[in-house]
Amino acid sequence: MLNTFWDLFLSSTSQGLLWSLMAVGVYLTFRILDLADMTAEGSFPLGGAIATMCLINGINPILATITAFAGGMIAGFVTGFLNTKLKIPSLLAGIITMTGLYSITSRVMNNAANVSLLGKKTLFTIAQNWGLSRNNAVIVMGLIIALIIISLLIIFFKTEIGLAMRATGDNPEMSAANGIKTQRMKILGYMISNGCIALSGALLAQNNGFADLNSGVGTIVIGLASIIIAEVILHHLPLGKRLITLVLGAIIYRFILALVFQMNVEPSDAKLASALVLVICLILPNFHLPRNLKGEKKNA
Amino acid sequence: MPKVLQIKNLHQTFGRGTVNENPVLRGVNLELNAGDFVTIIGSNGAGKSTLLNSIAGTIPVQKGQIILNDIDISKLTVTKRSKNISRVFQDPKMGTAVRLTVEENLALAMKRGKRRGFHNGVNKRDREFFKTQLAQLNLNLENRLGTEIGLLSGGQRQAITLLMATLQRPDLILLDEHTAALDPKTSITVMELTKKLISEQKLTAFMVTHNMEDAIHYGNRLVMLHQGRVALDLVGPEKQSLTVSKLMDLFQKQVGSKLEDDAMLLR
Repeated sequence: MLNTFWDLFLSSTSQGLLWSLMAVGVYLTFRILDLADMTAEGSFPLGGAIATMCLINGINPILATITAFAGGMIAGFVTGFLNTKLKIPSLLAGIITMTGLYSITSRVMNNAANVSLLGKKTLFTIAQNWGLSRNNAVIVMGLIIALIIISLLIIFFKTEIGLAMRATGDNPEMSAANGIKTQRMKILGYMISNGCIALSGALLAQNNGFADLNSGVGTIVIGLASIIIAEVILHHLPLGKRLITLVLGAIIYRFILALVFQMNVEPSDAKLASALVLVICLILPNFHLPRNLKGEKKNA
Repeated sequence: MPKVLQIKNLHQTFGRGTVNENPVLRGVNLELNAGDFVTIIGSNGAGKSTLLNSIAGTIPVQKGQIILNDIDISKLTVTKRSKNISRVFQDPKMGTAVRLTVEENLALAMKRGKRRGFHNGVNKRDREFFKTQLAQLNLNLENRLGTEIGLLSGGQRQAITLLMATLQRPDLILLDEHTAALDPKTSITVMELTKKLISEQKLTAFMVTHNMEDAIHYGNRLVMLHQGRVALDLVGPEKQSLTVSKLMDLFQKQVGSKLEDDAMLLR
């Protein structure tokens, strides 16, 4: 019993680390820019597809992963352009890009719904070559990448542009009155956000050993759940610490899901189970959460 | 005297082409000289806020021209205009980014009209400068650089917004009933601070107010709007000798009807 528990914990940690970048990406739009961005569900499989196709063609895993990040940034740019320059509401802009991306991702994967990475060199096989077990390799590599991305973001958000981006999400009128190009800031935010999400997709594809055209469905829920869990556990934190706790939130969410799946949930019910877990995360700790969610932004 | 701001035949109509068509500004002409501190009053719906928003750029100009330092800015965005125009909003929540700290907000304002890059947003030299600037507010904020703005009171926030608006000297400062949401005591503090900052930097200021006393007491010039036009424009000695009753008499003579806005008189 204790052994299964420990195994579950380790696998949740490795999975959570890879998903934490999804949470970070969603956080950038959802919390910092105050936008609901559905592009996530398209840029996630796109990232997986780009990385996989690069690896199949013998490209270095690091370069393949960076290329996936860049692909996500382009997707984010499209949504940002639709939202700011063409004035399409953010939710719709995201859905439009997400829908279009399905075809793009399919093309990237040469019209296959599933591409295997069997026997290919990935970021994780590199770490395994350092003498680590399979799961430890994922944990170490996931930790390194999460650390790099979060450190870069913390530094970025302290720069002049970083401050301007945070102000844009916080108070667009005041930002414009202080000379901030709010549209550009939003586009940049969309780009970084979807870059992180595609990166998460690239890492999970390498971990799973295949890219899946339909792997995006429900991923935004995973990102949101990680954010909510992090915010429920530690209420009010400055941005840097909050980004770090998102990793914790992602790991805890995976752990809860793993526990749920221990109870013989049918694979086809997995999405329903994860949606229910999000509902429980939202309502259990505090029935006033809707107000709280706003409160964290406006007052706290 | 060089003209800082020229407003030429400005018209703004809301809901054009609908049954609710509402001509708010009907040909406003106004010129501000360098160093003018103009107070704008008028009853509800006279067009004060619309005029201010037209100058700031939040409402696009429909007809007429707005010229700042001999450059037509009628078509420019808020961001472009912000290089020369700073603004203090009515709602203390509007002027600052609540999740950013005091120093981060000030740093944003320091960069108004300048290029933003990947330099550190707040550096050590900025911090020292912010401290001396905050100290002159006498609100003990110089020791709270790292506090999130959202944790400060409305009066403190409005004082910081004022400081932000003058940190980089603007050609024109717009004050949009900026003390209306404050309690009377804080309101006086913020008004006195406004006067101090404007006179120290010899700013050209455009202050919309609902408060007749304030409109008379502050500034060197008073403009009253009525039904979308300039009804009164009093400068210099004429303005200095004003009282509330004199102002009401003048208004009646000019417009031909009595000033009937209880809200405006009571405040």
